[in-house]
Amino acid sequence: MPDAIQQLVTPDGILFMPFLVGIMGSVTFGVVGSYVTVRRISYVAAAIAHSALAGIGAAVFFQHRFGWAWCTPLTGAFVAAILSALIIGRVTLSSEHQGDSVISAVMVIGMAVGLLFLKKTPGYFAPMSVLFGDILLVSKRDLWIIGGLNAATIACGVLYYRKLLAVCFDEEYARLRGVRADLYYLLLLLLTALTVVAMMQIVGIIMVIALLTLPAMTALLLVRKLWHCMIVSGGLCALFVSAGLAGSYQTDMPSGPMIVMMAGSVFLLAAGAVKIFPVARQG
Amino acid sequence: MAAKRCCHVHDLAGPKVSFKEVAFRYPTRIEPVLSDVSFCVEERSHICVIGPNGGGKTTLLKLMLGLLSPDQGTIELFGIPPHRACRHVGYVPQHSVIRPGFPITVREVVLTGCVEQHRFGWHKKGCGESADQIMEELEIAGLAGRPFSRLSGGERQRVLIARALISGPLLLLLDEPTANIDPKVQQQVRETLNRLSSRMTVITVSHDLDYISGELDGVFFVNRSVRLLQPGEVTSDAVWELFTQRK
Repeated sequence: MPDAIQQLVTPDGILFMPFLVGIMGSVTFGVVGSYVTVRRISYVAAAIAHSALAGIGAAVFFQHRFGWAWCTPLTGAFVAAILSALIIGRVTLSSEHQGDSVISAVMVIGMAVGLLFLKKTPGYFAPMSVLFGDILLVSKRDLWIIGGLNAATIACGVLYYRKLLAVCFDEEYARLRGVRADLYYLLLLLLTALTVVAMMQIVGIIMVIALLTLPAMTALLLVRKLWHCMIVSGGLCALFVSAGLAGSYQTDMPSGPMIVMMAGSVFLLAAGAVKIFPVARQG
Repeated sequence: MAAKRCCHVHDLAGPKVSFKEVAFRYPTRIEPVLSDVSFCVEERSHICVIGPNGGGKTTLLKLMLGLLSPDQGTIELFGIPPHRACRHVGYVPQHSVIRPGFPITVREVVLTGCVEQHRFGWHKKGCGESADQIMEELEIAGLAGRPFSRLSGGERQRVLIARALISGPLLLLLDEPTANIDPKVQQQVRETLNRLSSRMTVITVSHDLDYISGELDGVFFVNRSVRLLQPGEVTSDAVWELFTQRK
C-alpha cells in the first residue's frame, strides 16, 4: 500500500487533491451529517442530492448551447440543490402529510430533468461520474470553491449549534420558547444542500448520502452528546475517505463505492460490537 | 395561530391568567370545545384543572400557551396576549416527542429551556449556574451527565420541569405531570409543585383524583365550560359524580 499512501499525501500525487477535498469535507459531513441523522431527514437529504442532477444537466446543456463558461456543473448543482431544499422545506412545513410524496417527486423529477438535458447535449458526458464520483475531475479551482462552501457550512452549523440542538431535540418546545423552528429547519436543509454540492465530486450524488449518515450513525453508538458525535463522525469520515481513496487506487476500483464500503463495514462492525459488548455511555 | 413575538415584559400587571367569555371550536368539529369561559387566576396560586376526556382541558392549556386563538373573548397572561408572554411561561408537556437515542444529556436538556435568550442560542452568563441550582432543588443533579433517553419516566418528568423552570417563569403550566409514573414518584412531583407554588403560579391539568386532594388553591372542572369547584365538591366521590354526569 505504500504507493497508494504516497499518492495521497504527496502534493504531486494524483490522489492529493481529492484527499484534501475529502478531509475538508469530512468536517462538514461530521457537522451536517450529525444533524441530518438525529433529525431523521436522511430521505430529504437523498432527494436533494438526486435533484442536483437537474442542475448539472442543465448547466452542461447551457454551457454547450450558449457558451456560458461560468455555468459549470458545480454551479448548476448548487442552484438545483438549494431550490430543492427550499421547495421540500416549504411543503413539509405547511403540509406534513404530503411531505413524503413531495420529497419523492422532487427526487425523481430532478433526476429525470437532468438526464434529459444530458441526452440533449452533444458530445460525451458521463453521467456515471456524477452519480458515483470521479476523483480526477477535482481541480485546484474546485478546491477553493469547495473549501468556501465547507467553511460556510461549518460556520453555520457551529454558530447555531444551540438553537439547532433545541429544534432537533424538541421542535414544539423550542417553538413555544419563541425560537423560529421553521427557519432553523430550512437552515438545516440548506446546509445539507451545500454539503451535497461540495462533496458530490468525490463520492457522487448517490453515495454522498452514505457519508452524511454512516459516520454519524457509527458515532451515535458511542457518544452521549451531539457535538461529540460531530467530532467522532468527522474523524471517521476522514478515515473512510483516506482508506477508500487508497483502496480504490490500489485495486483500480471506483473511489465512491470503495469509500462507502469502508463506511458501511465499519458501521456494521460497530453496531454488532455494541450489541455484544454494550458500551457504558449511559453512565 | 398568531405570529409569535415573545417579549420580555417588565411591568407585569393584573392577574396571572385571565379568560373573559372565551369560546373555541376546532375547524373540523361542529360543536365548540369551550364556550363562555371566564375565570381569573391570581399570582402564586396552585390550581388543578380536571375534567373528562374531550372536555377541553388540553384546549384550555393550548389557549393559555398561545398555540390556539379563541374564536370569541379575550385571554391575557400578566395583562398581555399569551403569544407575547411566552418568556414568562414555563410549560411541561404530557408527551414529549423525544427521538429515541437522541444524544443529549440531562443538563443539556435543562439548558434548552433558555435557548431563546440569545441571538445564536449560546447561553447567557448565569444560565449554567441556574441549571445546576434547579437540578439540585429537584434532586436530579446526580443525573446531569446521563443521556436523557436512558432515564425513567419519573426522572424525565423532573428534568422537563427543570427545563421549564430555568427561564424563571412566573406561570408554570403542566399537562398530566403524574401520568405514567409510580405512586411514590407521583407524590414527589406533587410536593415539588406545592413548593414551587410559593413563588410562582402553577396550573396543572390532571386526571389524577389523588392530585386534587392535595394542597391546592382551587380546582377547575372543565367540560366545555369552566367551573371553580367549591370546597365541599373537592372530594374524590364528588368529582367522580361530576365526571359521570352528561354535559
